[in-house]
Amino acid sequence: MDTLRRNLKGIFTIWYRDLLRYIRDRSRIIASLAQPLLFLFVFGGGLAPAISGLAGGRLDFKQFMFPGILGMTVLFTSIFSAISIVWDREFGFLKEVMVAPVSRTAVALGKVAGGSTIAMIQGSIILLLAPLLGITLSVGQIVSLVLLMLLMAAMMTSLGILIAARQRSMEGFQMIMNFLLMPMFFLSGAFFPLQGVPQWMEWLAKINPVTYGVDALRRMALQGTIPAQFLDMLILHPLWVDAAIMAGFGLVFLVPAVWLFSKAE
Amino acid sequence: MNVIEVRELVRKFGDLTAVDGVSFEVKQGEIFGFLGPNGAGKSTTINMLCTLLRPTSGHATVNGYDVVTQQNAVRESIGLIFQDPSLDDRLTGYENLMFHAMLYDLSRPLFQERAAEVLEMVDLSDKADKLVQTYSGGMRRRLEIARGLLHRPKVMFLDEPTLGLDPQTRRHIWEYITRLRREEDLTIFLTTHYMDEAEICDRIAIIDHGQIIALDTPENLKALVGGDVVAVRTSDNELAARKLRAAFEIEPRPGPDGQLFIEVDHGDQFIPRLMTTLSNSRTPVEVQSINLRRPTLEDVFIKLTGRAIREEEADRARDHMRKRRRMFGGRSPHR
Repeated sequence: MDTLRRNLKGIFTIWYRDLLRYIRDRSRIIASLAQPLLFLFVFGGGLAPAISGLAGGRLDFKQFMFPGILGMTVLFTSIFSAISIVWDREFGFLKEVMVAPVSRTAVALGKVAGGSTIAMIQGSIILLLAPLLGITLSVGQIVSLVLLMLLMAAMMTSLGILIAARQRSMEGFQMIMNFLLMPMFFLSGAFFPLQGVPQWMEWLAKINPVTYGVDALRRMALQGTIPAQFLDMLILHPLWVDAAIMAGFGLVFLVPAVWLFSKAE
Repeated sequence: MNVIEVRELVRKFGDLTAVDGVSFEVKQGEIFGFLGPNGAGKSTTINMLCTLLRPTSGHATVNGYDVVTQQNAVRESIGLIFQDPSLDDRLTGYENLMFHAMLYDLSRPLFQERAAEVLEMVDLSDKADKLVQTYSGGMRRRLEIARGLLHRPKVMFLDEPTLGLDPQTRRHIWEYITRLRREEDLTIFLTTHYMDEAEICDRIAIIDHGQIIALDTPENLKALVGGDVVAVRTSDNELAARKLRAAFEIEPRPGPDGQLFIEVDHGDQFIPRLMTTLSNSRTPVEVQSINLRRPTLEDVFIKLTGRAIREEEADRARDHMRKRRRMFGGRSPHR
């Protein structure tokens, strides 16, 4: 019983540290919002006139992209937060945690909790832009979107921990960025509908966990903006299917991540 | 009473045996030192005692708890100062202590009371609310010492606590450590390669290639060398060495700066005889300088291993500084 309480406190401690560091680091918050804004207003704004046939012409391209940008923000923030564990290892702070009377499982779970929370906050900041794009959101939608982002963030942070569990330097990081994150992002349906894409791309999108996050976010974000029959043209799966698949992916990443992390010396 | 007991501890990394059957005990309240060159197995041993590494074979207990089967109990019993900095430099000194207290499950009032106490002890009370980023190397080390003490450990492990620090800061750190031992009922286990620092230990284990080659008080270890060390510099050291072998059946060993070291009892009486032997012959050797000193632990190390510890270590300290600089990304860690 006492062990459980201590480990919960351990999870809370790791979570709290990540959050405190996040809040303190204003420049990081601003820098990490720059990229989504660039995509949304420059890329989206530039392409919008050329792409007009979405949902029978009822949806502006920026509006279509918006849930994708939410997904992108969650994806990148989650993975970066998780990978900070490598940074901690290099700077030695991880040792202080590793030698404390708290289990490794608690450390890994605390890291997942911290990364997920930060990614959710970052996504929520982007969510504030919705009115500028003419997207109307009810309170229920906002709550649901935040929860969906949290679920997606937990899934992606777990993947990040899985990648980082055994890594000792930041050197392989560029590789991960180019060969995992960017493809996951582009193949998620964030920028274009996945209906009618080539077969190979459809398959890759199917095994891409980010696809399900973007799909769920898109349904939830655009519900009040366009009628349901038009929205269905852009959506792949029912909401509960997306959520269940994300939870499934999350567990598939989390279990080996915790295991690898506990075994690492 | 023994706070640490180690029996035939072995740790292998692939083909390399880093620690090769080490056994020793550390008594309650003792300052116990591990002395040896880089790669001798000092840090590996500490990491096993601190539950960060699993032994390949053998047993070790800390505060009566097994380091493999009772990890949490061991972790609660120990404080640890690592070789490399392990603070979060984006947080303040006080916050670093706070996270430590949370990880060790101290209640808030208890934490506040002890934090004030340990900060006072290392003279950081007025700097506690500054970001660790702004601390100098010495201040960081002191904060780490304060942090290690926060949960009142039974044993404090210090792995090269002064590596990469300037001599003045090193001296300060040692003042804190010796004070600790006076004021708290603490056992201190340290590793170092600075010979002079090892002098403050009650007992020292000299470790080389993963094995303990000597374990005793500094005085007894130095007695292994003999009474005194006479250092001479001559015009022809080789010839001088031959003469010494012939006259006294003594094997001198080369020291730094072209010196010859001769270990003898009663060095004061030996010097006149040495002078006579070197100058009174058909081929005299000119003595350029001569001095007499008590043996140091460095002499002990050379006597036991046939090598000096220092040459290897000079490179080591440079590497370490380079590593620190790299880690801090060009930003000086001392500002």
